[in-house]
Amino acid sequence: MKRFTLPGFGLTLGYTLVYLTLIVLIPLSALFLKTESGGWGHFWQTITDPRVVASYRVSFGISLVAALINGLFGVLAAWVLVRYRFPGRRLLDALVDLPFALPTAVAGIALTTLYAPNEWIGRLFAFNEPLGAWFSPHTPFGAWLTTQAWAKSYLGPAGLRIAFTQLGVLIALTFIGLPFVVRTVQPVIQDLSLDVEEAAACLGATRLQTFTRVVLPGLLPAIFTGVTLAYGRAVGEYGSIVFISGNLPFKTEITPLLIISKLENYDYTGAAGLGFIMLLASFVILLISNGLQAWDNRRKGVA
Amino acid sequence: MAGAIATFPTAPRAAHPDRATAEPLVVRAVLIGIVFAFFALFLFLPLLVVFMEALSKGVPAFFAVFEDSATAHAVKLTFIAAGIAVPLNTLFGLAAAWSLTRFDFPGRPVLITLIDLPLWVSPVIGGLIYVLIFGAQGWFGPWFIDHDIRIIFALPGIVLATIFVTFPFVARGLIPLMQAQGTQEEEAALSLGANGWQIFWRVTLPKIKWGLLYGIILCNARAMGEFGAVSVVSGHIRGKTNTMPLHIEILYNEYQFAAAFAVASVLCILALLTLVIKTYAEWRAEQQLAEAARTADLPIHR
Repeated sequence: MKRFTLPGFGLTLGYTLVYLTLIVLIPLSALFLKTESGGWGHFWQTITDPRVVASYRVSFGISLVAALINGLFGVLAAWVLVRYRFPGRRLLDALVDLPFALPTAVAGIALTTLYAPNEWIGRLFAFNEPLGAWFSPHTPFGAWLTTQAWAKSYLGPAGLRIAFTQLGVLIALTFIGLPFVVRTVQPVIQDLSLDVEEAAACLGATRLQTFTRVVLPGLLPAIFTGVTLAYGRAVGEYGSIVFISGNLPFKTEITPLLIISKLENYDYTGAAGLGFIMLLASFVILLISNGLQAWDNRRKGVA
Repeated sequence: MAGAIATFPTAPRAAHPDRATAEPLVVRAVLIGIVFAFFALFLFLPLLVVFMEALSKGVPAFFAVFEDSATAHAVKLTFIAAGIAVPLNTLFGLAAAWSLTRFDFPGRPVLITLIDLPLWVSPVIGGLIYVLIFGAQGWFGPWFIDHDIRIIFALPGIVLATIFVTFPFVARGLIPLMQAQGTQEEEAALSLGANGWQIFWRVTLPKIKWGLLYGIILCNARAMGEFGAVSVVSGHIRGKTNTMPLHIEILYNEYQFAAAFAVASVLCILALLTLVIKTYAEWRAEQQLAEAARTADLPIHR
């Protein structure tokens, strides 16, 4: 690239930097400065409060599970959408981006209505329904479940509960992370050369061996990147979760919700401290994702 | 002659999938089935729920929801906020894409990462930072309150939060596209005596219009649908500072489910429209690329 042939460098870069500084950088630095003004002792107290720590488990832990589910189904969906021809393929392909375009509040109330007890899918898990009967206390499995402490929040009086439990949070986080793995893996599958797979088949590999030993290793960087992006998106998610989680402290309360409740109690330094922690987490996730992409580019350069 | 060049027949690949590079039919059918089931459960059913619940009280009740003054105000406020945020972010996206893809300078990757940042930060933080600056306890809050200018719990705060959350969309759509297209045509125009604005309007813009349109429409969908960030700065004053997503939350929490879903269905249609335009824009972009390759008599590089 020749450096300064075309006009407009000063104007566009200047505008970019000013706008970025005003809208993003100065406001984000307020997070740090406000946290500091409250003193680091107070900051430490805020971020290690047991209720806050429990919210990390929900925000960071369940997000990880959701990202891994998306990793599995995302690769499968990308493979099917690129390699197979079947009616409805274009429709499915267009629908992949829905969680990206649909407002989170709409997703939140829609998923809650699907999975709440007595509603669309939630109803199927009532103990007197064929699906829910598996979890009924009258069956051996259900009886065993009633003795398990972890299962307590999932067992309602009349059926298995999905909405307003961690399972509901998991479903919402899986929904919003869905496009990321599909969209990062899709172009890589598209660019795979069939010659390599043919060579593997010629050498006597079964189709499964070809996939796990030849195709999958080439997809891994893209899969890792996609999972990291889905994770990054899920960690900060707020809109879809507040409806389906029920916001039970220590159980389904997420960190962004705690930021809002601190703001409502005029605890600005506490809110800033939690915001600072979440910002740091986002930075780390973004760095990992950039690192993965750089690693992938290097690998391609060598190959 | 014919005998001399007779080689092994090679079947056209797309028409007859090679057995060596395709899964057995049963495996294919099962995998397609799983993907259909996954999509039905996670994508199709939520859409269906929104429309079914919105119409659960009948069509007249559906339209009556939008005659309510609080709902009408929420719709209006949403359009105003998006109407300010989207053009500003479009202008920024164009400037950022031009400077980042037309010139090479140190710090480019850092700048790209920083532009991406709002996408990975929790939307709640997107609201919180403006409360910290303009709120009653914030840096500039007291000054604005003394001068009777409301930022937080008013339109300016909502616009700022919306700008922050939708900040990267236009730029992200344009940067890879303009990078791939290169600068040769712009340089040719320059050598023929065109000035900067002429190059932009007559050479660059026609080349990027579909990518730009997609960036704008996605930015708009997110601006109208933003919940977390706006929720923090709006103060939830009914009929004053509630946007459509916030109004949905209030209706839902008041157990007015049909009304909540009616408002949600409007945003849903907007999201579906976004997907249609995206699909069309991608198809057009692909066509343009293929056409360019054909006229230039060059192999297509994907």
